[in-house]
Parts: sequence; structure tokens; C-alpha cells
Amino acid sequence: MDIKRRQFLKIAGLSTIAGIGAPAAFNLLLKGETSPVSYASSGGSAEASHDDAPAGVRLGMVIDQKVFDANIGLAQKCVTACHTVHNVPDFGKDNKKDAIKWIFEVPFEKAFTNKSHYHRNAHLHDSDFLVLCNHCDNPPCVRACPTKATFKRKDGIVAMDYHRCIGCRFCMAACPYGMRSFNWRDPRPFIDQTKHNKEFPTRMRGVVEKCNFCVDRLARGLQPACVEATGNTGAMVFGDLNDSHSKIRKVLDENFTIQRKPALGTQPSLFYII
Amino acid sequence: MLEKALTGSNRYWGWIAVLLAFMAAGALSYVQQYNYGLGLTGMSRDVSWGVYIAQFTFLVGVAASGVMVVLPYYLHNYKTFGKITILGEFLAVAAVSMCLMFILADLGQPMRALNVLLHPTPNSILFWDMIVLNVYLFLNIFVGWVVLTAEKKEVAPPKWIKPFIYISIPWAVSIHTVTAFLYAGLPGRHFWLTAILAPRFLASAFAGGPALLILLCLIIKRVTKFDAGQEAIQKLVTIVTYAALINVFFVLLEFFTAYYSNIPGHMHTLDYLFFGLHGKGQLVPWMRVSTIFGIIAIVMFLVPATRKREDTLAIACVLLFISLWIDKGIGLVIGGFVPSPLEEITAYHPSFQEIMITLGVWATGFFILTILYKVALSVKEEKMIS
Amino acid sequence: MYDGKLIIPGLLIFLVLMISPILFNGLDAGPVPKPEKPVGVTKCVKSAQYMRTSHMKVLDDWRDETLRDGDRTPVEIDGVKYEKSLMNGCLKCHTDKKKFCDECHVYTSVKPYCWDCHYVPKETF
Repeated sequence: MDIKRRQFLKIAGLSTIAGIGAPAAFNLLLKGETSPVSYASSGGSAEASHDDAPAGVRLGMVIDQKVFDANIGLAQKCVTACHTVHNVPDFGKDNKKDAIKWIFEVPFEKAFTNKSHYHRNAHLHDSDFLVLCNHCDNPPCVRACPTKATFKRKDGIVAMDYHRCIGCRFCMAACPYGMRSFNWRDPRPFIDQTKHNKEFPTRMRGVVEKCNFCVDRLARGLQPACVEATGNTGAMVFGDLNDSHSKIRKVLDENFTIQRKPALGTQPSLFYII
Repeated sequence: MLEKALTGSNRYWGWIAVLLAFMAAGALSYVQQYNYGLGLTGMSRDVSWGVYIAQFTFLVGVAASGVMVVLPYYLHNYKTFGKITILGEFLAVAAVSMCLMFILADLGQPMRALNVLLHPTPNSILFWDMIVLNVYLFLNIFVGWVVLTAEKKEVAPPKWIKPFIYISIPWAVSIHTVTAFLYAGLPGRHFWLTAILAPRFLASAFAGGPALLILLCLIIKRVTKFDAGQEAIQKLVTIVTYAALINVFFVLLEFFTAYYSNIPGHMHTLDYLFFGLHGKGQLVPWMRVSTIFGIIAIVMFLVPATRKREDTLAIACVLLFISLWIDKGIGLVIGGFVPSPLEEITAYHPSFQEIMITLGVWATGFFILTILYKVALSVKEEKMIS
Repeated sequence: MYDGKLIIPGLLIFLVLMISPILFNGLDAGPVPKPEKPVGVTKCVKSAQYMRTSHMKVLDDWRDETLRDGDRTPVEIDGVKYEKSLMNGCLKCHTDKKKFCDECHVYTSVKPYCWDCHYVPKETF
């Protein structure tokens, strides 16, 4: 394979040395001077601001709940579109244990646990909100992963390499949004053979998976599957948060939006218009 | 020296046979789990770590506690512990071995475990945990073996072993600190997100580990000619008592911060563990047993009459060990997942195979411990005869 | 030699065990695999010899380039563009996994885990 034995031994040896030099290296790490995926020191205020977002493309999404509320069934259409395109297995509604979800609907109080639920607006009582990976600018899952199987791309997408994942599920403990799923068993028998996407792989048992912002579709110039499913309703807007002329920036400029658990400093790339 | 583990009484072989039976049962269950996937366990999307990681966390503590006999002997020249340092070191070896096995049992793709070395990732605490645990394992095997070999030859241990011994002391602290960092650095898991987690881990480790060591010494006294001595055991009792009290103090601090600040996120898991949350309290009986056992044990350690008598001392040690095992080996890890990030309460029940694998790993640990203790004690017995 | 009576028979038994697969097959390596090449296509992204020995490295590199670096520019050989993908690249020409991939993999008893996730688009998994 690509790593020869000699290379492997080199890396193994180096990591042993790294172990002996652990305290020093750890100090470096805390000062944020080592790897580009070390966010320990990127700091910022506890209430995350996006002012210090890095240059370059940063993909994000706005979910307009008003449109979803006006179009009953639209959210479910997004879920189906995503799960079909990515061959996400369906273990049935009653099987919460094995469940794998990339995007799903939850009530307001579950999506926004730190918002006040006291005398809240009536429509917040009955509407369900779409939740998916927040593609954080400061992703705790990436920090936790011991193999770089989950990593942040230059365009801000938090991606997964299923070939490398060892299934330790540290990322699941680290994600404060509960957006990661684990393949507790072989997913294939639970994928609808008549509808599956013939151009996208499945996953194997023993790896963690989550929303990938449709990175493969973006490469082909398509919109993410969920955004496409909303058609021209404007329920979901996807684009570059760093591009001041983009549609998503216009929507963000004109609307009051909220984010999930901003106090944690993860700097999500998802916004909600309530 | 290993050949000394190949001769023994019928009782010794009986014990080995029992352990091998559990190991075989565990291995069979593991084959099932390997073929089906981790879905064979009781873990779920919401409670994504279970008994394996909980045992791992608890056993890191047992491993670290070896330092409680090594430190007084080597740093303070407390001669009384000279006889039992090897027992502490070999207990650490067995405990770290169990830790590594529990991690492997918990991996979804165990064949890729070496990816951690192939793609070293210093921003992951798990990477550092892998390093500190493996080095600690090496240090204890190495130091224990070299010192024991010297003892067998009736010469003083070589001087060059000293640096390894001195490194092993802070290293013991490091393994449990890094293990606490696995939890204490995760945003959004309020129960774990507390700076006192590492000190609390150490306190409970330095209570639970030496309590186990006392029990082992009492058992050894019955089945071999080796006696750790009243003074050494009573000194261990002192260590256990202080550590247990500090642990209680730390736990109470958690309660204070959560309930006085009245921040829901900080109270949820404690509610779930000790009182029940929204009517759900799967672990409440466990945590209450843990609390009661802990209190009884501490009282028994404090009262001279009960701590000096071997039978009551043994009971106190068992109670404390169970108390701390529930606290860290069940409550801490599983409790941390309740409520989930979406504030849902999901119960977790380990499956039959999961329990068998857990017992199998414990049996393997005790197998390693038995072999190592057999070697060490045979050397010591030989010396006593001559 | 001490214990020669035990060691030499032991070594012999070990030797027989080790070469038993060869003896079992009557010193015959079996029919050489003949992977079926796609009809009407003569070129691949690399020479046949290179692909025979190092196709797994090509796949590994492609994976890292597309997934990690986001570089999905197709490989262009003599004006023909090949997508850097197993399912949407290789298997577009090599449409029959059984007659192409499995032919050698089975013979050499290599069980790549590619197929745990990837599949031949024309077949069901």
C-alpha cells in the first residue's frame, strides 16, 4: 500500500519520541503552534462571533423555518432526499438504538436547548426544525478524532474519511449537537435496494457517519440534496458565508437568525430564521 | 523467572482454570461481536459509550494507584512498603492491560487500531492517552521485572533503573489526568465539563486502587507464606481513608456548584444519577448503593476497631471498591450521555455478550495478575526459606 | 544436542505443516487467473503492468486527493477523462467486478474491504 514498512516504522518511532516529549509538545499545542487543526487557542468570545472567520470560502446554510411552517411536508422531503442520495439505512421508526440520521426533524426545545421556552411563541410549539451537522468553524469532533478520519476542509466542510475511521466514537461524545451516527451493524440490508443512489457508496459497520454537505454534489456543480429538495421555496439557502455578494449573505443581512448552542464557541455554519 | 508460574498447588491451577473459562467465554462473545458489529452491545446512538469505556476509565485509576506504594518507598524511603512495591507495580501492569483490551473491545474497526500511530494526531486526547498508557505499561513491567530479578539474585537493583522509577511516579498521575481530559474537554457534556474531574479521578483512584491492594495482600497472606505485614497494610488504610475522604469532598463540590448555581445543564445528570430526571432514573439504585457503601466503608476505616481487624477491614475494602466502581465504572461514563445533546433521556442496558466480554477482560487481567504475583511471591518465598 | 529426540521430530512436524498447503494441492498452483478486460478499451490511467502491481496505491492516492484535498479534477490520458473514483471511474470500464477484480483477489486470497461500502453501479449490493 502507500505506506511502506520503513515509513511506518519511522512514524511509529517518531510518535514514541513524541510520547517522551509529550509535555513540551502539549504546551506547543495549547499555544496553538502545531497543526492547523488545533483550535485549542483560537479563543474568541464565549458568545461566538463570526468576525474572525478565516479568509477563503466558508460554506454555510440558512434554514428559514417560516417557509417550512408554511409548506407542510417539505422538511420530510429534504430528509428523504438526503437519505436516499447518501444511501442512509432506515432501521425503522421504532429502532432508536441503531438509528443513523444525517438530517432530521426535532421540536424547538430539542434543537435549541439553551433558548428560553417560557411563554414561547405559539408556532414554536408545533413546528419541527431540521437539524444536521453544523459544519462548525471550530469543530470539537475534529479536535477529538485520533486519526484525522474526521477533518475540516478548506471550504469549511467537516468531512469524514470512512476508510480511516477506527470507530472509537470519541467524535460522537465530542459533538455537542448529537449529529453523528455510528454504524452499529451492517447497514446494507436496511438500504432500499430499489431506490439507492448507484453513484454513492454505502458505509460499513463500525464507522461513524454524518452529513457531508453533499461535497460530491458540490463538485459536480449541484446544490446539496436537501436544498435542491426545497425547490424555489427559499426554505434553505446554501452558499459562501465569506462572499459578501452571495445570496446567503443577503439573507443573513436582512433577517434575524439564531444558531444552535452558540455559547460553546464551536461557530456553527448553520443559521435559522425563526 | 516465568517458569515459577508453571508450578503450583491444585488451588492455584483451579483458579487458573476458572479464569481461563471466563476468558474463553469472553473470547467467544467477542467473536460474535466482531462478526455482527457493536450493535450486539446495549450501546446506542445516544449512549455511544458503555460498559467497556467505563471499565477502561475505572481501571486507569487502578493502574495509576500503583504509585501510592512506589512513591513512599522510593521518594520517602518508607521501607515498610519495600515488600509490596512489586505488588503495586504488577497490579498496574494487569490494570493497564485490561484498559487496552477494553479500548480494543470498544472499537468499531479494531483492525484499524494502529491508524492512531499511522496518522498521529496531537490535537486528540485519545492519541496522548494511547501514548501515556503504553509507556506506563512498559515502565511498570520493566521496573518490576528488573527489581524482582535483582531480588532473586539477592543483589541491590541496578542504579540505572532509578530514573525509570522516578519517571513512573509522575507518569502514574499523567495517565489518569489524560484519561480525565478525554471527558473534561468536551463542550456540551456538562457533567464531564468540570475542571475538578482530573483531581476527582485521582482521588477515587488512590482510594479504590490501594483498597484492592489491601484485599490482595490479605488474600495472599492466606494462600501463600508471604505477609505484607500489619504496618504496611495499616499505612495503606491511611492512604485509602484520606483519598476516599478527598473524593467525597470533590463529589460534594460538584453538587454544590450544580445545585447552588441552579443551572439546569449542570443539574441534569446529577438529577438523573441520584434522584431521577423527568421520572427516569435507571441508575438511581446503583448510585444510592454506591453512596451508602462509600459512607459505611469510610466509617469502618475511621473506627480503629473495624480497621485493625482483618475481617472487618476486608469488608470495608470490598464496600469501598464496589462504591467507587459504581461511581466511575457505571455512573460517570454512562451518566455523561444523559441527557443527550438534544436533551433526550435514553436508557442503557448492557447486553449478555457485552457482559461476557467485560468479564472475559477482567478474567484476563486477573490471569496476568495471578501469573505476575505467582512469580513475584515465589521469589519472595524462596528468599524466606533460605 | 540436548533433547534431540524431541526437537528434530518437532521441527519435521512443523515443516510438514508449513508446506502442507502446497502438498495438498499436488504441487500445482492452480489455473492462473485471467481477469476479463473491458471490450473496446485499450488504455487505462497507467500501464497494465503498473496497474497490476499498484492499482491499490492509485486508489489510495485518488481517495486522499478527492476526499481530503477536494481535488476532483479528472485524470486525462490521451484526451480521455477518467473520474478519480472507484465506482464512477474504474468500474465504468471494468463493469464486471466478478470477472475482473475478484478473479485475482480470490486467487491470491486478498480480501480488500472496498466492497464493504463500494459496489458495482450496474449490480446491486
